[in-house]
Amino acid sequence: MTGPLVTIDDITCRFGKRTALQGICADIAPGQVTGLVGPDGAGKTTLIRLIAGLLRPHSGHITVCGFDSVGQAEAIHGVVGYMPQRFGLYEDLTVAENLNLNADLRAVTGQERSQAFERLLGFTGLAPFTKRLAGALSGGMKQKLGLACTLIRPPRLLLLDEPSVGVDPLSRRELWRMVHELVDQGIGVLWSTAYLDEAERCGSVLLLNDGKLLNSGAPRGMTDRISGRTFVVRGLDPAGKRLVLDRARQRVGVIDALIQGRNIRLVMAEGAAAPTANELEAGADAAVEPVRPRFEDAFVSLLRGQGLTSNTGALPQGRTSETPPGDPDAVVEARDLTRRFGSFTAVDRISFAVRRAEIFGLLGPNGAGKSTTFKMLCGLLPITSGTARLTGLSLAEAPALARARLGYMSQKFSLYPDLSVQQNLEFFAGAYGLSGRTRREAVGGMKEGFGLEPFAASNAGELPLGFKQRLALACAIMHGPAILFLDEPTSGVDPLTRREFWSHINAMAGQGVTVLVTTHFMDEAEYCDRVGIVYGGVMIATASPDDLKEQARTPDLPDPSLEDAFIRLIERHDRDRKAAA
Amino acid sequence: MMTQGAARRLRLKGLVVKETLQILRDPSSLLIAFVLPVLLLLLFGYGVSLDANHIRIALVVENPTPEAERFIASFANSSYFEVDVMRHRATAEEDLVAGRMDGVVVLRADFAARLGQWDMAPIQLLLDGTEANTAHIVRGYAEGVWLAWARQEAMSRGLPIAIPVVAEPRIWFNPELRSRNFLVPGLIAINMTLIGTLLTSLVVAREWERGTMEALISTQTGLPELLAGKLIPYFVLGMTAMALSVAMAVFQFGVPIRGSLMVLFGASAIFLVGALAMGLLISTVTRNQFVAGQVAIVSGFLPAFMLSGFVFEIGSMPGWIQVLTHAVAARYFVSTLQTVFLAGDIWSVILPDLGAMTLIALVFLAATSVRTRKRLD
Amino acid sequence: MWTRLIALIVKELLSVWRDRKSRFVLVVPPLVQLFVFSYAATYDVTNVRIAVFNEDAGAPSHDLIARFEDAPDFARVLHLGSEAGIAEAIDSKEAVLVVHLGPGFSRDLLAGAPARAQLILDGRGSNTAQVVMGYATSIINNFNRDWAAAHSVPVLPAPLIERAWFNPNLMSLWVVVPGLVGILTQVVALVVTALSVARERELGTFDQLLVTPLRPWEILVGKIVPALLIGLAEGTVIVVAALFWFRVPLVGSLLLLYASLFVFLLSIIGVGLFISALSGTQQQAILGAFLFLVPAIILSGFATPIENMPEFIQALTLGNPMRHFLTIVQGIFLKDLPAELVFARIWPMAAIGFVTLGSAVWLFRHRLR
Repeated sequence: MTGPLVTIDDITCRFGKRTALQGICADIAPGQVTGLVGPDGAGKTTLIRLIAGLLRPHSGHITVCGFDSVGQAEAIHGVVGYMPQRFGLYEDLTVAENLNLNADLRAVTGQERSQAFERLLGFTGLAPFTKRLAGALSGGMKQKLGLACTLIRPPRLLLLDEPSVGVDPLSRRELWRMVHELVDQGIGVLWSTAYLDEAERCGSVLLLNDGKLLNSGAPRGMTDRISGRTFVVRGLDPAGKRLVLDRARQRVGVIDALIQGRNIRLVMAEGAAAPTANELEAGADAAVEPVRPRFEDAFVSLLRGQGLTSNTGALPQGRTSETPPGDPDAVVEARDLTRRFGSFTAVDRISFAVRRAEIFGLLGPNGAGKSTTFKMLCGLLPITSGTARLTGLSLAEAPALARARLGYMSQKFSLYPDLSVQQNLEFFAGAYGLSGRTRREAVGGMKEGFGLEPFAASNAGELPLGFKQRLALACAIMHGPAILFLDEPTSGVDPLTRREFWSHINAMAGQGVTVLVTTHFMDEAEYCDRVGIVYGGVMIATASPDDLKEQARTPDLPDPSLEDAFIRLIERHDRDRKAAA
Repeated sequence: MMTQGAARRLRLKGLVVKETLQILRDPSSLLIAFVLPVLLLLLFGYGVSLDANHIRIALVVENPTPEAERFIASFANSSYFEVDVMRHRATAEEDLVAGRMDGVVVLRADFAARLGQWDMAPIQLLLDGTEANTAHIVRGYAEGVWLAWARQEAMSRGLPIAIPVVAEPRIWFNPELRSRNFLVPGLIAINMTLIGTLLTSLVVAREWERGTMEALISTQTGLPELLAGKLIPYFVLGMTAMALSVAMAVFQFGVPIRGSLMVLFGASAIFLVGALAMGLLISTVTRNQFVAGQVAIVSGFLPAFMLSGFVFEIGSMPGWIQVLTHAVAARYFVSTLQTVFLAGDIWSVILPDLGAMTLIALVFLAATSVRTRKRLD
Repeated sequence: MWTRLIALIVKELLSVWRDRKSRFVLVVPPLVQLFVFSYAATYDVTNVRIAVFNEDAGAPSHDLIARFEDAPDFARVLHLGSEAGIAEAIDSKEAVLVVHLGPGFSRDLLAGAPARAQLILDGRGSNTAQVVMGYATSIINNFNRDWAAAHSVPVLPAPLIERAWFNPNLMSLWVVVPGLVGILTQVVALVVTALSVARERELGTFDQLLVTPLRPWEILVGKIVPALLIGLAEGTVIVVAALFWFRVPLVGSLLLLYASLFVFLLSIIGVGLFISALSGTQQQAILGAFLFLVPAIILSGFATPIENMPEFIQALTLGNPMRHFLTIVQGIFLKDLPAELVFARIWPMAAIGFVTLGSAVWLFRHRLR
């Protein structure tokens, strides 16, 4: 059979008043990975559920392997494997029990079952862990188990909903390897993701944004469209690169400009010439060179081309950012920071110092200890041994004073969802002890600077994601902190919103605020001046992103990405440890 | 390839095994299924009693005479009363206000002198109305003591006294009127509501919250297997808890069991199916543990407690509440439980109760299978 | 400091009120419970179904039975035709009481010999049986008195005159509704505090609070004050309903009532915070609150008198704030409980509050470290 596995014909789906999907037409072919790409809330999960026959469309038809998704949902369930978000595992059952349940549900018995188990346990490398509870597995192992459960009876179509969320880069590579083996057997795979770099590995991509299909086809087709329009400015003076970025942004014809390690990446509008280094006042050593376009460049230019420009206007001023006392080379300082939970050492003697106005990133897979380190630094978790100082103050000795100098924003945008924007701002102003005129000015300034005025009376929980993020940032910096802690600040946010967010952060760093950020996005790490890689509770490297890439450069990999560098570092660390042991 | 039927049985087996393992590993399931019922049984068996056996009564004797002494003796000899003799009415009244006394009997100074003149020697009994129920009981016991005293008194004076009508109470099923004997069987209905409705609604809502339901319904598992896969393990769990409760009632609390165990378990099975179906319905509609828990408590636990006749007499409630109680399955179950435990297999009570419970169970089962769809919308 | 505290308190009240779920928990269940409990939680025994088996043809037996028929608490009287009917009527719950008068009833009565009236009661509901027996005995006593007067039969030496103080008609409603002031404010205050920290943990805002300069005790005060205000408001609503809807008299001091409510709420909020500090999710908090509430209500004396309980359980109830508050609230409503007696109940609640709040604070600090 050579026709498409799935035909999606003019699908529209609404929830109440909200239109989740509108007029989607697409095909999914067998024997390749089709990427379903788009930011959170674009409609990816809805589309997958429609294909799996779990939702009914408002209009339009979906045919899966010749079966109609509404009338013949049962038949579809017989030929489709579906792994929902968070993998749909029973966390209080063991690996073997989860597999047994799924074998029972899929009527795989006897010889066939034992063969399937052997094949899948080998395939996923889960064989040593069959007696472990699924809840006790790491994110990567859960994802492999979830995949194994859907493969017990080999499906013709495999639907994977955000399989790489919460999974470290190593496991992500493993998963891609496994999926490619399946594709080689002729299975069609639909892989939904918010990571744009994953799109480049798909045979075909459906690009969703806000319920509409922006593009479909091979990813090359999309990047080809902007070929010759992407450039990199190299040889910048590290201190002045943010000013150059601002100038680049304001130039006509620049669609996108962002910091990439030491360099600045530019995407030009169609027909616009790239600016010269002189025009950008980038310094004597600077040069503008063309580079190969990435999928993200294409995505951003597509969105911006639709008039979806984002506001990067007036930057809000923190109340005051007085130069904090203490050593400007160690505004944040960790010395032999250690945290044990029972006999388990989550963080083992981590030391580093962050300079004033520096953006420092903590990078590492889930469970490596970066969140634990982060929490100890801002006083959320007691320190087992070692010291953490903020602007020279110890959190243990002067907690209130130290906390008054820090701003904190967590990945969940910890706002009170039932309070209005105004009430959230007022509350955090009050919690930092601002009152009377100071409070009114601070709240007013934040509303104006972040464009929150039109939403002042709406509940924080009902804001669009991008505005939630702005509000969370506003609440964190209202009191003019000297240090800003950001915990996975842009997970699940679309690239445009992420760019806008980073323009705020860059501006704050420009004003002298020191920023500490944790992330597992490799490209987010590129925005940082320096990154520390945390792995197995140890800081295995601290360097600028470019230096890290430099270290990973080999003859067969002349231009490594940060992810390559990251994986290489981890592999080397594992090897060294094995050798030592 | 196996047959449709065999595949279906295999899926059902898989689901039942999974659910059983989950029950055994989840502390909150075991907490609701075993700890809570035992706690309630102990509280009700030992802690809750409507039997007033230690009524504190103040006897105010303003003028201690031999006649008054005899009166005091008759109260002091009663096993129901703890008597405190006082001289002053004011002290006794203070005690009544403070709640230190359940009742006050006043013999006035001229009690002895006026004895024998029916209208002239009143003995006053003051009751504490803030304990309305106790007051009823105190009144009953005091009247009994008074009557016995009066007859004795008349006889000793050689008065040709005769009581025109003598009441001879016979109390069936529970001659000592132990409240434990009807509270403990009724409690079984509460416990099974907790397991059937509260626990089931929580666990199914949890499957929706954790996304495992989505994975389940994307397989070929049909609705009947899905529902039966939930019902069977919790049915077994509920019946186990029921057997435990019955054993505690009989061996720990000495409640007699006069009907047959078969009827008891049969009725429990029917009630449990209804309670389980209600729990499934709640969780299917809410799909959220927090809301499901609230709804299960308000619509399952509280009515079973308040509107089932378990403690409070349905006949004494206002008409509109009496109408409401007809929709509460626990009402019929409590009635059957009390009858089977204390009276026996009285079919004229049990059959209508079973009929009503079956009807309610069928309604909930039907509603559940209509509401549960193999879709997410 | 005041700026921070006020900001916290305002935030807490706003977020309780603006969240649909918690607003629902605050308003709907307490109101439904107030009405259903007030009317359903009754030990009054009315509308009793009784039956009569009269084998006697004489006028006196008809007179006695007429008195049963006219009694206000008996709904209707079923006349049975045979002895077998007695068992049937009781077994099938057709009647709670059967009055059986033998064939010689009138003859004995006229002859001056004791005439027997057999009262057969259904013991399955022991409480009802007891109360109904009381009703029946009263009717027979009245009959006896009138008979004695009319036939100049020598009478008993002295009658017993009964009077119920504070609640002359012994209405359950007058007892239950004041009790609900305690029960329902307890439920609301407990649930609000138990959920508040758990919810902030789930939202992630608790971490956000901890990185502000707010000190741990300020955060706790910021949780206690709103719950106190909500509890007082809830209590006020129920007091108003008790006075104007249920028409329960309030003879004592309102000021004393509020003073005790204040202390009572503090002790309950301590328990709520303790549960909150222990539980990571709202689910656990709800379960914890439920596990505390059920015994707290059963052992408060609300449903059954404390003095009927075994000694060791009676001792246990002294640690239950609800028990003390129940005595106060029923006392102030119905019998103008004197101030010194109120204080005698307030200080145990204060002591319990001191312990619960103290251990909650300790647990919080312990969990934060």
